[in-house]
Amino acid sequence: MNEANPESAKAIEDAYQQLKSSAESAGYQLNPDIDFTIELIKRLLVNENRYGYSACPCRLASGVKADDLDIICPCDYRDPDLAEYDACYCGLYVSQSVVAGKKAIAPIPERRPPVAQRKNAVPLKTGISSSDRLPVWRCKVCGYLCARGEPPELCPICKAKKERFELFPL
Amino acid sequence: MVGKLVAGKKVVPVMLYDLSTCVWCNKTKKLLGDLGIEYSYEDVDLLNGEEREQIIKIVRKWNPLCSFPTLVIDNKTCIVGFKEEEIRKALQL
Ligand code: SF4
Repeated sequence: MNEANPESAKAIEDAYQQLKSSAESAGYQLNPDIDFTIELIKRLLVNENRYGYSACPCRLASGVKADDLDIICPCDYRDPDLAEYDACYCGLYVSQSVVAGKKAIAPIPERRPPVAQRKNAVPLKTGISSSDRLPVWRCKVCGYLCARGEPPELCPICKAKKERFELFPL
Repeated sequence: MVGKLVAGKKVVPVMLYDLSTCVWCNKTKKLLGDLGIEYSYEDVDLLNGEEREQIIKIVRKWNPLCSFPTLVIDNKTCIVGFKEEEIRKALQL
């Protein structure tokens, strides 16, 4: 890396602890390989310094925030990748099975659409965006609702497991 | 061939398009280094202006998603992502 890292070891450790506790309080898990995770956090800080926002370190940021909103960490692709591949694209967030050592992480194919497609993905005139077509899931334990491809691994509110979610009819 | 050259044993032309901040790209560089072969690389995130556009065009030709690492071996095989076994096999090492 040819940018001097402005962050002290202490600042990085603090950033790690902060991210870990906010991830866990929302039902997410950071990669238990601490050296790897610290390395990723350092690179997020490099990007934050370079672009003014923490763009995904494993993707090419344009430097124009409006074009990079989908890859500001945590990116739009984290949850579908966690559901399908047990990790986010970079490997910063992992599933419970990875934490438990039952699964290992492997290279994940890029889910972010190419730039031409992203530019076309403007919301329709009706105001209906593509996210309106996502199913809505309801946590049967606490009633939390979310519109996403699959329910989260843990309910961010009450930490009930994925299997406690049901499809919520619209 | 574009990029910065890393000295080593000459096998076939090996070109790595990577990001300086990407952990998987760094693992790929380390693997190529451990294999001791000559290769070139370009840290695409550190390029600007016209040069950056030109390189992105080349990356897209090999890998339309323009994701990293994109490794081009002998100008014909393209491996996207840190796939250690595939890389070793393509290099016949
Ligand atoms: S892939 Fe992981 S590290 Fe990269 S932006 Fe998404 S959540 Fe953050």
